[in-house]
Order: sequence, then structure tokens, then C-alpha cells
Amino acid sequence: MSAGQQTSMVSVFTAIVRRDVRLAWSQGGGSLLALGFFLIAVSLFPFGVGPAPQVLARIAPGVIWVVALMAAVISIDRLFQADFEDGSLDDLMLAPLGTFGMVTAKVLAHWLSTTLPLAIMAPALGVLMNLPDGAYATLIASLLIGTPALSLIGSVGAALTVAVRRGGVLMLLLILPLYVPTLIFGVGAVDAAVSLTDPLPHLALLGATTLIAAVVGLFASTAALKLAME
Amino acid sequence: MFDRLDFSFQAGDFVCLTGKNGSGKSTFLRFLAGFIHPEQGELAYRRADDMFSEIVPDDFLLSGHQNGLKPGMTLRENADFFVRLMTGTPASSSILENATEIFSMAALLDEPVQYFSSGQRHRAALMRFALVDRQIWLMDEPTVGLDADNRAALASLITGHTARGGIVVAATHDPLGVPGVTLDMDAFQPAGLALEEAWL
Repeated sequence: MSAGQQTSMVSVFTAIVRRDVRLAWSQGGGSLLALGFFLIAVSLFPFGVGPAPQVLARIAPGVIWVVALMAAVISIDRLFQADFEDGSLDDLMLAPLGTFGMVTAKVLAHWLSTTLPLAIMAPALGVLMNLPDGAYATLIASLLIGTPALSLIGSVGAALTVAVRRGGVLMLLLILPLYVPTLIFGVGAVDAAVSLTDPLPHLALLGATTLIAAVVGLFASTAALKLAME
Repeated sequence: MFDRLDFSFQAGDFVCLTGKNGSGKSTFLRFLAGFIHPEQGELAYRRADDMFSEIVPDDFLLSGHQNGLKPGMTLRENADFFVRLMTGTPASSSILENATEIFSMAALLDEPVQYFSSGQRHRAALMRFALVDRQIWLMDEPTVGLDADNRAALASLITGHTARGGIVVAATHDPLGVPGVTLDMDAFQPAGLALEEAWL
């Protein structure tokens, strides 16, 4: 491949990422909804379990991580569907970048536009949940390492259900069980920091989960999308 | 879906797909674009200058039933993204100007697509053929919602493309007035398969 062609592939890739990030934050995009859901769902817990600081501190890592998973899932079900409905998915798949590159660009755009803001907003919710002081760095680190897996695994479900009307719930059932390893290691890391032990082993395993999701998820989404477009 | 389908197109061909509703015109276009794989047989593309290999080139433009436009973005933004997606370079203003002139869309260039009428959306979708240079054009019902002037514009766009050695395959119910081959999809229905049982 010549250098000229390579540059053009990079700019096709960035064009898709920029467009998707823009659409996610524009009217009808999913990012604000996901962030709003994250904020409101976490803030319901102090009302539900009572404002006792020790109880909130105990459940804080789990609550923040579980709600972040949910927020990622509800925003990713439109990853391919919106483009499928207005016909632009055909164009995206016929682009010189190829389906694999296009899927990678869209997953990256979802992470940048939706799951990364969740990680950035998490410390504020940690305050709300009375998370101990020593755990904030680990909370942010665990979310930064773990959230790419949410976008990657979610994209497989989004690709499988792209042609299914009301496929959101089906996707939830397909995807949420696959989020369990990420959830276990993510919460484990924050819990370790709360109990003043070393969170590094948990973070390493969390990173391994994300890497596996990157290898398997992108290929699986590409294959599922090609199947769905037949 | 199809049976005994055997043909070849050459550079400069205009192929008009006709046939009843459900006879598989759209499916055939998606098959040509590589979305659908045949159970038996093969689809091959060969370049005249390439003696040794059969290649499937990224050489298509497809316009389908949906127009592929983002309602929240203006026509200019939609067109610019389309050109970037297909070529990796931003749309040059001369190409954009030329494309908008063909279907007289210049006044709508900075309007969000959500305010367009269905005919305007359709013309906006057809602009892609003037925006990006590809050899093979696949058009699904290109004349739907077009008035006489725009139909003539489309016909001259197609004539110009075939004259330059392009291939245009259009599924349509009404003739565009462009000379070419007509392929009747009804002839390729598998024996004994009723229309109601056809897929899609």
C-alpha cells in the first residue's frame, strides 16, 4: 500500500470518528441520555438505602460500576441501528476503509463520546456515595481501563441486533452477562483501594479483559454486521 | 431467489433492471455490491488493465431506498462527510457546486436535511454520483419522486457517465430515456416459486 493510500485511510477513519462523536452529542444523540441516566440512577441509591455514610461507602464501588455498565448498554444499542435505518450503513460498509475499520472507528467514537465521559463524571458520584478518599484514583483508573471493554463487547450485541426492531432488550440479554468479568475486576480494584490493599492485580486483570474484548469484539462485530446486512 | 442468472456487463453499459415488485431487483443490486453472497456460482469483476487477477474493487456507489442522509446535519455537512468517507479528502468547493447544480440544490445547501421534502431528500441522495468518482453506479429506483426537469438531469448524468466508460445498473419501473440493455428480473425466477414466497 502506498503512503498516499495510507493517509487517506487515516482520514476516512477520523472522518467517521468525528461524525459519530458529533452525532452522539447532537440532538437525539445518546451521550447526554447515558450521562443523565448515570447521574440520576446513582443518586437514587442514597434515597433507597438510606443516607448512612458507612453503608453508602460499602456499596459505592459496586453501584457506580453497575450503573456505568447499564449506561453503556442503553447508549450502544443505537451504534449501528441509526445508520441502518437511514441507509448510511450501506455507504459506511462500501467505503474503502472496509467493514473492520469502520466498526473500529465507530466503537472508538462511542467510547470517546459516551463511556469516557462516564469515567470522567464518576468521581462526582463517588462524593455523592461517600467513597473513601483513597479510592478516587483507583476508581478513575479502573473505569478508564475497563470502559473500552464495555464499548467493544456492546458493539457485538449492537451488530447482532441491527436489523431487529425493538432489539434493545434482546441486546441487553445478550450483552450484560458478557460484562461480568469487567464488572468483577473493576469493582475488585476499587474495593481493594477502599480496604487499603494493592489494587494493581485487579487493574491488570481488568486490562487483560479489555484486551481480549478488543481482539474478539471487533472481529465478532464485523462478522455479525456482514451477516445482518445480507 | 434467482436461478440461471448468467450475464456480463462491460464498461459503458447502462443496464435497466425491470420486473414486478418482489422480483428481486433490489436484492440483485445488493448482490452486485457484495452485501449478499450467492449460494452457488460466482460474481467476478475484472479490470481491462489487469490481466491476471480477478478483483472485487471498491468501485461502487449505491443509492438505495433510504437516502443515507443524517437529518440533523445540513446538506453541505452530509455531502462533505460522504466525500471524506469515500475518498479521505474533504469535498472541494467546485465539485460540491457542480453536484448541487445538477439537481438544482444550491439554495438548500446550508439547510438541515430534516426540513427537506421527500423529493428534495431523494435528489440530495442522488448528488452522491456527482460527488465521488466511482466506475460502477448501482441505483435503486432513482426516479421516485423526481419531476421532469430532474429526471432529465439524471438521464444526462447517466449518459455522461457511460460515455466516460462507467457502468450504471438501475432498478426502475419507468424508462429514463437512456439507451441501454434491459434485464427483466422476472425471467430469472426459480420455477415453482410463487411471488409471495420470495424472500425479502
